[in-house]
Amino acid sequence: MALFTYETKKDTRSGFGAGMEYLSQHNPKVVALCADLIGSLKLEGFIKNSPERFFQTGIAEANMIGISAGLTLGGFIPYATTFANFGTGRVYDQIRQSVAYSGKNVKICCSHAGLTLGEDGATHQILEDIGLMKMLPGMVVINPCDYNQTKAATIAIAEYEGPVYLRFGRPVVPVFTPEDQKFEIGKAVHLVDGTDVTILATGHLVWEAIQAAEALLEKGIKAEVINIHTIKPLDVQAILASVKKTGCVVTAEEHQYNGGLGDSVAQYLAMNHPTPMEFVGVNDSFGESGKPAELMEKYGLNAEAIVAKAIKVMARK
Amino acid sequence: MQTQEIQKISSQVRRDILRMVHGCQSGHPGGSLGCTDLLVDLYFNTMNLKTDAAGKVVFDMDGKNEDLFFLSNGHISPLIYSVLARRGYFPTAELATFRKIDTRLQGHPTPHEHLEGIRIASGSLGQGLSVSIGSAQAKKLNGDSSTVFCLMGDGEQNEGQVWEAAMYAPHHKVDNLIAFIDENGQQIDGPTEKVMSNRDLQAKYEAFGWNVMRMDGNDATDIQNTLIKAKAALGQGSPIMIIMKTEMGAGVDFMMYSHKWHGVAPNDQQLQDALAQLEETLGDY
Ligand SMILES: Cc1ncc(C[n+]2csc(CCOP(=O)(O)OP(=O)(O)O)c2C)c(N)n1
Repeated sequence: MALFTYETKKDTRSGFGAGMEYLSQHNPKVVALCADLIGSLKLEGFIKNSPERFFQTGIAEANMIGISAGLTLGGFIPYATTFANFGTGRVYDQIRQSVAYSGKNVKICCSHAGLTLGEDGATHQILEDIGLMKMLPGMVVINPCDYNQTKAATIAIAEYEGPVYLRFGRPVVPVFTPEDQKFEIGKAVHLVDGTDVTILATGHLVWEAIQAAEALLEKGIKAEVINIHTIKPLDVQAILASVKKTGCVVTAEEHQYNGGLGDSVAQYLAMNHPTPMEFVGVNDSFGESGKPAELMEKYGLNAEAIVAKAIKVMARK
Repeated sequence: MQTQEIQKISSQVRRDILRMVHGCQSGHPGGSLGCTDLLVDLYFNTMNLKTDAAGKVVFDMDGKNEDLFFLSNGHISPLIYSVLARRGYFPTAELATFRKIDTRLQGHPTPHEHLEGIRIASGSLGQGLSVSIGSAQAKKLNGDSSTVFCLMGDGEQNEGQVWEAAMYAPHHKVDNLIAFIDENGQQIDGPTEKVMSNRDLQAKYEAFGWNVMRMDGNDATDIQNTLIKAKAALGQGSPIMIIMKTEMGAGVDFMMYSHKWHGVAPNDQQLQDALAQLEETLGDY
C-alpha cells in the first residue's frame, strides 16, 4: 500500500526558482545574485520581474559572498546563488568572516548538491556542505525534500533574520508535500507513524525513506518516518519523542556521514538518550560521474539501503 | 609536423568530442571544439613528451624532463581525453565510457582514477594557473629546462584566484610557462561582455608583467608560428600569455556564434548533421 502518492516529478531547484519569482513580487527587500548559472538556478522569473534587484557576478563566488554581506547593510536580503560546491566549500572563509561571524542576513542558496547532479562528477558533487555550514555558529541549514517544500522554504527564510544555507538539487523527484504548506524553520515534519524504528531523512532521501517504510511494512515492520528539512537548528524534541517510542534510529541523507544530519543526531542522542543508530550516507569517499539513480544505488543512498539499515539497527535494540 | 596533418587529427578529435558527448547525453562540446586546434598542436607538434624506445608516449606523474600541460577549464574534458587517447596514452576504445558510471573519464578530469595524462583535478574554475605556476617552479628547482603549458577560459578570468596567480608568476620570474586564454567571448549565461566584461585582457596581463601574444586559435598555421615565437621568448624573466581568439563550437556550423552549445549534448539527428561536416581521418573509436 502506498503511504504517499504523487502526480508529478519536479526538480527542487525549480521550487527555488518559483519561490524567488514569488519573492520578486512580494518582498521588495529581496535581492538576488548569481555567478554565471542563472539557468541552472532557475532565476529567470525573478530577473524578468525585478531586473534591478538582480546582480550577475560572473564566475566569482568569493566576490558574490562579500557583495551580499555589504548589501545587507541597507536593509536588503541578498540571496546568493550558485552550485553547492562553489557556494560553500570554495568560499568558506568569505562566508565565515563576512556573513556568519559578522551576523549578516545573507541567504546562501545552492543547487546541484550531492551525487544526484550526476555526470559532472566529483568536482561538482559536494557531499560536505551540510557539515561545513552547520559548523558555523549561527548558521541555519535547510535541505528540503521536494519542489513544494523548497518553494515554501525559499519564501520563509526571507522572514527569518540571520544567515541561512538552503540546499537543493538538480534531478526531478516526486512532489508529495502539500502545495500550500507553511514552512517552519527547525520544525520537523512527521510523515509516517511507526513503533519499531525511526527513520530521520533529509532532502532527496525523504522520498526514499517513505518507500523504505512501505517495504518494511510488507515485512511487518512499522517504521516511523520524519522529514528533517532543517538540520540546524535540529528539532530534538521530535527526534527524542520518536526514538523513545521505537528504541532505534536510521538517518538518511545525500551527504558524507561526517558532518551530516546523522552526525548531528548522533551527537544529540549520545548526550541525552543513547540509542542504537545506523547511517545512510556516503562513507568518506568522493562521488563520481554517472546517472543519478545509478550513483544512488552504488553509494547506498536509496530505499533498499534504508531498509537494510533499519533491519540491522532493530537487531541491535 | 605539417599543418595539414594536424588538421586531419583535429577533424578526428572533433568527431570524438561529439560522439562522446552524444554517448552520455551530457558534457561541454562548445569549448571543446573551439580549443581542439590548440591541443592537437600541443600534443602532436609543440610539446616535448616522454616516450619509450619504440616512440610510444609513457606517463609518469612527476613528468620530469618533459613538457607538461594543465587544463584549467576542466569542463572541456572530452577534448583532453580524445587528444590523450589519440596520442597513445590510453586506448581510444575507452572514450566510449566518458561520463558513465565506473569510468576513468570522469565528467571533469581527475588523477583520482589514475588516467594516464592527467596530473591534477579541474572543473572548479580558476585554479589551474596556480597549479601550473607551482609545477613550473618545481621544474626550475629540479634543474629541468622543459616548459609548462596551461589553458584557461575567458569566463574563467572572472575568478579572483586567476589574478592572484597572474600577480605571482611575473613577481617570481616564472619564465618557463606558456599560458593560454580561450577568448571565445562566451560563458554560460551569455557573451562574456554582458555577463562580466574582461575589458582589455592584454593590457591587464601586461600591467601584471606578462609577455602577452595573440593568435587565431582556430588557425593551425597561426598556432604553429605563434608557439615558435613564444618558445623563443622563454627564459627571459617573464611568463608568457597567449590570448587566442576562437569560435565556440568551431568546425560545426550550427554550434558556432553563440553560447548555446556550451554545455548541451546533440541529439541523434544533430550528431549526424555535425559528423557530416567532419572527415573521419583516423577511424572512429
Ligand atoms: C568555480 C566555478 N564556478 C562555476 C562553474 C560552472 N561553470 C562551468 S563552465 C562555466 C563557464 C565558463 O566560461 P569559460 O571559461 O568562458 O568557458 P567556455 O564557456 O568558453 O567553455 C561555468 C560558470 C565552475 N565550473 N566552477
